[in-house]
Amino acid sequence: MKKLTAIILIFLATSQSIISGAKVKKLTEEQRIVHVLNRLGFGVRPGDVERVKALGLENYINQQLNPEKISDTVAENKIRDLSVLNMTTAELYEKYPQPGQLLRQLQARGMLPADLAEARENRVKGGANAAPGEMPKNDSMNGPESKNTQTVTPANPLEDPKYRQMIEKYYRENGLQRPQRIVAELQASRILRAVYSERQLQEVMVDFWTNHFNVFAGKGADRWLLPTYDRDTIRPFAMSKFSTLLEATAKSPAMLFYLDNFQSVSPDSGRANPLRPQQQRRGINENYARELMELHTLGVDGGYTQKDVQEVARCFTGWTIFQPRGGAAAANAMMGRDGNGRRDPGTFFFNARVHDDGEKIVLGHKIPAGGGMKDGQMVLDILAHHPSTAKFIATKLVRHFVADNPPPALVDRVAATFTKTDGDIRETLKTIFFSNEFNSTDAYRVKIKRPFELVISAIRTLGADTNGGPGTHQWIARMGEPLYGFQTPNGYSDTAESWVNTGGLLERMNFGLALASNRIPGTSVNLSKLSNEQSKVMDEYLKVLLAGDISPATREALLKQLDKSDPVTKVVGLILGTPEFQRQ
Amino acid sequence: MNRRFFLKSGTVALASIGMSLSAPAFLERVALGNALTGGKRKTLIAIFQRGAVDGLNMVVPFGESNYYSVRPSIAIPKPDAGNAESAINLDGFFGLHPSMSAFKPLWDSKRLAIVHASGSPDNTRSHFDAQDYMESATPGVKSTHDGWLNRYLQNKEDADRSLFRAVALAKTMPRVLQGQAPALAMTSLAEFTIRAGKSSENLQGGFEAIYARKVNDPLTDMGRETFEAVNYLKQVNPGQYKPENGAQYPGNPFGNSLLQIAQLIKAGVGLEIAFTDIGGWDTHTNQGNSRGQLANLLQQFSSGIAALYQDLGQRMDDVIVLTMSEFGRTVRENGNRGTDHGHANAMFVMGNSVRGGKVYGRWPGLGNDQLYEGRDLTLTTDFRDVFGEIATCHLGSKDAKSIFPGYSLSASNFKGFLG
Repeated sequence: MKKLTAIILIFLATSQSIISGAKVKKLTEEQRIVHVLNRLGFGVRPGDVERVKALGLENYINQQLNPEKISDTVAENKIRDLSVLNMTTAELYEKYPQPGQLLRQLQARGMLPADLAEARENRVKGGANAAPGEMPKNDSMNGPESKNTQTVTPANPLEDPKYRQMIEKYYRENGLQRPQRIVAELQASRILRAVYSERQLQEVMVDFWTNHFNVFAGKGADRWLLPTYDRDTIRPFAMSKFSTLLEATAKSPAMLFYLDNFQSVSPDSGRANPLRPQQQRRGINENYARELMELHTLGVDGGYTQKDVQEVARCFTGWTIFQPRGGAAAANAMMGRDGNGRRDPGTFFFNARVHDDGEKIVLGHKIPAGGGMKDGQMVLDILAHHPSTAKFIATKLVRHFVADNPPPALVDRVAATFTKTDGDIRETLKTIFFSNEFNSTDAYRVKIKRPFELVISAIRTLGADTNGGPGTHQWIARMGEPLYGFQTPNGYSDTAESWVNTGGLLERMNFGLALASNRIPGTSVNLSKLSNEQSKVMDEYLKVLLAGDISPATREALLKQLDKSDPVTKVVGLILGTPEFQRQ
Repeated sequence: MNRRFFLKSGTVALASIGMSLSAPAFLERVALGNALTGGKRKTLIAIFQRGAVDGLNMVVPFGESNYYSVRPSIAIPKPDAGNAESAINLDGFFGLHPSMSAFKPLWDSKRLAIVHASGSPDNTRSHFDAQDYMESATPGVKSTHDGWLNRYLQNKEDADRSLFRAVALAKTMPRVLQGQAPALAMTSLAEFTIRAGKSSENLQGGFEAIYARKVNDPLTDMGRETFEAVNYLKQVNPGQYKPENGAQYPGNPFGNSLLQIAQLIKAGVGLEIAFTDIGGWDTHTNQGNSRGQLANLLQQFSSGIAALYQDLGQRMDDVIVLTMSEFGRTVRENGNRGTDHGHANAMFVMGNSVRGGKVYGRWPGLGNDQLYEGRDLTLTTDFRDVFGEIATCHLGSKDAKSIFPGYSLSASNFKGFLG
């Protein structure tokens, strides 16, 4: 086995197109194209195979590895109207304020309109409870906006509709929007880009890293912090150096909030926040430190100890967010005032006053006292260049692009590239895409599509049109993968057994039927008959949807289903629900 | 690894015990399992009160004078036979909120136990974190990937491999049931089918034909079992359900969830863990006292559970209902006649096998010097001891310790509500 690896390595070094040799079974040219379109992208649109064939597969892959050089006007036009994508966090806090928080601030400034004040008062008098996440409260530990409004608190059956109407009216009149809209638009942008972007690999990598560096939209302020996370943290660095991406996430308000580092302070720092001296000091919070090593870099068996977790947490004290929950951005903006002008709400800053400036030892490396913000940067540097990180990232990438059980020899080669190129993500991917393992029949159509991949690939293969709106996203959520909806930091699983379950499978079939019969609001598909003969219609669609990769048994079962009732809709719905279409 | 994913159905030899071959394979396994163990399957119904219920107004310590001094406008009056708005006396010290009268008969017949001053030892007052900790059952550790009920499922092999072993009546799989062991999440039983209007039946037939093949493919096997389950549920006909014993479920989502759990239990599909939740407990403002928003919610909550109890009747011999909430609320009322995020809370445990009619757990008192961090009810029972007792003594887990990593679970800390 070792010998074989060595041979492959030599082979790799001398040539890039190495789809020969070894014992693996080769794919046909057409299969290779389909395979690349499925794995480096979200499925085969009508005409894609021919386009790639004309361009040459290797050229196509290299093009995909350099997305900045690909023109992408169609996708850009599709997302043009999603205004949250271009807004700063401060603007989001101004324009998409949380109603309860806004009302309280207006009241404090004597600006709460009388009718709204009355509706608010009656809401509680009438025995109604506030909608989740809208309740004013006095608890000093958490702002009201720190509550979770998505999956954590089910809607209150007693919410007063009159109060809600008043809020809606007030928002309309003042050009404000409800905060739920932020995540809805962000989800739409992800769907639209995955469907329409020519930079398919870029979108796959955005999906991969967003999941690797998971942030849950339902945690407190994170919904306001996610647009910048996608735009400024993940997207620009999805194919850069891993260390660059890692540092961007470490400084991202979304991650700092999600894993609590924004409130991690040295216990010795005393009353460090002169603005809020009454705030109870919470001391060191180890969450980010732990997940940084376990999930973002080294992996759970990557060789760190609890002591390392504590030391890393000390290094990151003071990496925080200015006005993490937006301060009074909305109320101030309505009064025509800036905040205090010093910094924008919801942005990263290093608070030296709460930093633990003593000496630390991290994974055997000494981090000298007095380093300030450099401490955290040194930690990131140590972690990004640790061999366990190379192995861990290589394993996850190979699992994603090749197979649930990553071939160890390939993982070793990919990790070697990662190390040799200082964590260059493009070079690392190249090693995968031009490997025998990736281009083997063993890897062909073996990965179960995750719900996001299933929905996007169905829309793409059928050449359907979508606005990416809630109608589409709700199906992704129903099948178990709401975007930005994974609560814990490990992100969605990338292996089949997590997705092959009774409820999920049933929803996959229902999704296929809904799409084929145009029952998804905001998405339309135009199924042409392609032929007058039913079995030919079926075979044409098997070609469109699966490049003809269907088992004889499934084809036979499908054939028996052909009847006179709207055959195209039925046959397409059924094909989308076959075991074959669940794989890529 | 998910065992179910690799095992194929139909491997149990059923002919020998003369099972009907038309029954779905998983049901035959369930029936066979029951026949072999000679017992009925035990079921736990776990109910989460999301948003942190005010346990001190739900199970009122009317014997504490400080209770009345720190809650001038929201306290529940001491039991008074002539006052329907006073607390319902339980044991001379504790009383139920008057809107929970549906629980009184259960208390009187000793089928309702209360564990007061219980909850998570972590001092977080964030809903998110506290719910996370209660569902993962690893307070303070966020990186736990699975929920404790899922770990229970993982740790106790289910020879029957029921498709309905664990069901959450919820839109998405709750944290408590997330993990490697299979579980179902659905908002309603009626939705658990192919939904394509008039063509549903025709299309389901199509999918069944596609997935009927016995090939070496776990996905196909899963599809086949899925339709077994779908078809069995259709036979049960969830739309036509009639509760028994005159039970009347409240006509709200919570009542509907409980009703469907009862349906599943009666259908004999092998339900072992059911989960649902009810929100709206975050009463920071105008909480109300004997009337008001908390009273209304408690009424829905208790009447729903009491209806479930009545409906299941004798089946409650094998069922336990457990309620929980992420943390309690401040002992003192705040400036808005409400309460803020606190610490310890109260849990209900119900069932015919429960040694009820008793408030379990050491009562820490409400004196100002007895409060946790000077403001909240002090915790005296770790919620894992309550979960652990149910997993061990009711569900029959042989290895409850491993359900609670990082905690030294010991039967000596069990409260004894299961004997």
